[in-house]
Formats: sequence, structure tokens, C-alpha cells
Amino acid sequence: MVDFFFYLFSAFTLACGLLVVLSRNPVNAAVFLILTLLGVASLFVMLQAYLLAAVQVLVYAGAVVVLFLFIIMLLDVPESARKRFKPAVALAAGLSGLVLILGVGLLVSGAETAGPEAPAAGVGADLKAYGEYLFTSYLLPLQVTGFLLLIAMIGVILLSRKPSAAADKEPAEAKTR
Amino acid sequence: MAVDLLIVVGKALAVVVVLMGLCAYTVLAERKVSSWIQNRVGPNRTTLPVIGAIPVLGPMLTRLGLFQPMADGLKFLFKEDILPGHVNKVYYMLAPVIALVPALLTVSVVPFGQYVDADGVTRPLILANLDIGILFIFAISSLGVYAIILAGWAANSKYPFLGGVRASAQMISYELAMGLSVLPVFLWINTPGAPATLSLVAVVDAQAGAWFVLLMPLSALIFLISIFAETNRAPFDMPESESELVGGFHTEYSSFKFGLFFVAEYAHMIVGSAILVLLFFGGWHPLPWLTLADLGLAGGVLGGVLSTLVFLAKTLLVVFFFIWVRWTVPRFRYDQVMRIGWRMLLPLAIANLIAYVLFLAWWVTR
Repeated sequence: MVDFFFYLFSAFTLACGLLVVLSRNPVNAAVFLILTLLGVASLFVMLQAYLLAAVQVLVYAGAVVVLFLFIIMLLDVPESARKRFKPAVALAAGLSGLVLILGVGLLVSGAETAGPEAPAAGVGADLKAYGEYLFTSYLLPLQVTGFLLLIAMIGVILLSRKPSAAADKEPAEAKTR
Repeated sequence: MAVDLLIVVGKALAVVVVLMGLCAYTVLAERKVSSWIQNRVGPNRTTLPVIGAIPVLGPMLTRLGLFQPMADGLKFLFKEDILPGHVNKVYYMLAPVIALVPALLTVSVVPFGQYVDADGVTRPLILANLDIGILFIFAISSLGVYAIILAGWAANSKYPFLGGVRASAQMISYELAMGLSVLPVFLWINTPGAPATLSLVAVVDAQAGAWFVLLMPLSALIFLISIFAETNRAPFDMPESESELVGGFHTEYSSFKFGLFFVAEYAHMIVGSAILVLLFFGGWHPLPWLTLADLGLAGGVLGGVLSTLVFLAKTLLVVFFFIWVRWTVPRFRYDQVMRIGWRMLLPLAIANLIAYVLFLAWWVTR
């Protein structure tokens, strides 16, 4: 039963993920992205990581993709014609795909372990254990992620700052731009 | 196995039927309350052949408009269903369905009462007692915004589009304040040493003494305002403000598809009210510092019925408050909505959270 649902949701997630890339209409692509994220959330549920599943739906499907759709609709992005891949892009994509397959293969064959002391199965079900792992074993990744998000936020503020505000302060520099 | 499944399906059906019934009669309440506020009478003509002919009771029920929801429901079913030629058909058809599904799904983790069984164990009345109840509700209800966005976009005309754009910006803005405003509640119930929980049943159990509205009034206020914004109710009904956008995102919808949007809006409102009651107004406890168990009424079927009734009464009071506000307060301008969300509620919610973190840290280590 569990195996069946795993294959069902995995197939669903992969199919929707492919359709995100292959859809020519950007709104369709965004909708398939939502379905992909919901599929990933259902895989989290299969792993008993209920918290992660809820957060996945709440943050990604419920907020991030809303902004994607918002922008797509606001800019009225037209349906793009199917373009041929540039050789460099195709090469990079092929290489990353190979590395990914190699990594997954190594993991599945058991030649490499997932990392330092992988948490026991079902640890995501217990909120307290989850929080403890987040702030002890996995504190560094958490901090680095937070730092990355801070950088992104500062970047957005800097890029979206109105040029007129800068021009008021430094008129000479604004003229040369 | 099969019998268990049937029981589960039966329970789910019962809850959905009750919710739909509540929706229908909330619509009637909306019409009646609005007409009383505006010195009108409201619907008082619709009647049924047999019941309406009972001497005193019949005319009374008719004047209260209690048969009106049936007529309204039939109207939604039988009116001409217009499919405009300029719409994106797939998303146009899909949007009303997406609107209703999250509204009905969230009710599955809302506890609505409890009883003490024969072994003396207190059991909550709930379809699915998830440990992450509140997160599940937030996650599913956050998907409801897609209905509005897709409806606005698929209708392929100006007013619905503006409504859809407004809705997405508004709902994302207020989700943050809403999420932050409930965190103090869960900090309060999760004491160190005990197993962690985000369950709504645990929240109600923790309110056997003081209700959380007395302990954290600011959280309750922020949550209430955010719920108004998240359910697109006046004064936050920007997405469908009829004086500027005709009907907003559902301008191009008619008949049953409009009916689905309509029911979804009221279902969201009822579930939102229920969650407010659970989080801050003591759930099924009749009064602060007074539970049904104190009165000796918590046992068996009686306890279950009484707690459900208390909870429903409180929820309907909040629903009445929603209606009352709609017909009293004028609509905000859009820039005001954004200013309230980002510049007032969000900083206030963060300050509130930090204050309770500091207080609880002091309280626990004192």
C-alpha cells in the first residue's frame, strides 16, 4: 500500500515537474509548479514529516507561487515559441543531470551515507525532536540559509530603490549614470 | 474495515452538510441583519406549502425568512449558466472548484466539541485530530487564493483581473500578520518538558482557566483583523468591491459557478470564526474559569452535544460580528489596506511576539 502511494505521488510529482519546464504558457507552468510542490508535500507526508509537508504547502504553494502568478499576470508574459537549446545550456544541463543521477545512485547502492548522523526515520513527526535537530545538528545550514535570504533581501531593496531618491542625494553621480 | 470506512465517510458528510447548512443560513442572516441595520424588513415572503400553512408558526417562520435559503439555492442551480466567449475555459471552470475545496477541507481539522467516554477519557469531536492542526489550516486556506487569482485571470477582462491582482497582494500581506499573531498562543501551551504540539484541541484544553483573549488581547485583535482580510470581508473586500470593480474576480461568473464562490466565501468566514473561537475564546468552554466538567455536564452524549452547542453559539456570534462590521464600516482604500497590513499589523505582530517570548522566558525560568 505504502509502496503504491509512493510510486503514485512520485510519478505525479515528476510528471508535473516536467510539465513546468515544457509548458509554453507561463500560467500553465506556474499551475504545474503548484501541483509539483503539492506532490512533494505528499511525499513528505509519506515520510511522516507532517510539519515539513504543511510548511511546504504554506510557504511554497501558498505564498511563493502566488507571487510568481502575480508577476506573470501583471506583466502579461506571452506564450513563448519553442526555442532550441543553446549548446552550452544543453551541456550544463546534461552534466548536472549526470551528477545528480550519480549521487542518487551512490546513495541507493549504499556506497555513501547521507551525511553526519542521519536522523531516525519519522523524526519529522515529532515537532520537538524536529526543532532540536534544527537548532543543534543542523544549526549551520540553518544559519547559512538565513544569511542567504538576508543577502537576497538586501539585494532586492538595493535593486528596487527608485533612482530618483539616489539622484536627490548625489546629483553629480546621477548625471554621469 | 469497510464499516470503519463507512463511518468515517458518514462523519465527514455530516460535518460538510452542517457547514453547508450554516453557510446557507449565514447568507440569510447577512440579508436579515443588513436590512435591520438599514431599517428594512429583509426577505419575508418565501414560504413552503405545508409548513407555511401551520396557524401561528408558519407565518412566523415565513416572516423570519427561514425558507429563503432553499429558494436561493434553487436559483443558483437553475439560472442560466453563461460561458463567455472570451474566457480561458479550463481555468474559468476550475476556479470555482478550487475556491470551494480548501474551504471544505479546513473544516476537517477543526475540533467542535468533546465528551468523556465510559472509561473517563476526554475525547475531542473532530474529523482528523492532527498534531499540526493550525499549520494544516493555514496551509490549506492559503491555497484558496488561487481560486481568486485564476478566476480573475481566466475571465480575461479588466475588472476581474484587477480583483484577482488585489486579492493575491492582500492575502499574502495579511498571512504574515495572521501567522505571527497565533505564535504566542502556541508558545504559551508548549511548556518545556512536555511533548510539543500545534493541535487546536490542546489550545482549547489550555483555556480551561483564563481564555487567551484575556491573556493576549493584542494577538486576538491582530488575528481578527487578519481573518477579515483573508476572507475578503468588508472592510477588506478589495477583490470584489462592487462600487469600483463591478463584482471583482467573479464579475464574469453566473449561476452555479458564482454560487460556489459565494458558498466558499461564507464557508471561509465560518471556519475563520471557528478558529478564532478555538484559539482565543475558549472553544467549547462556556465561560472563562468555568468548564462543562466543572458543571458535571461533560459526560457521554450530553457532554458532546452541549460542548458542540456552546462552540457553535460562540462561532455564530463571531459570524454575526463579521456581518455587523460589513454593514457598519466603510471599505478601506487599497493603499490603506496595504498600509495597515505592512506598516501597522506586521510590526505590531512582531513586537507582540517578542514581548511574549521575553515574558514566557522569564516566567519559565523564574
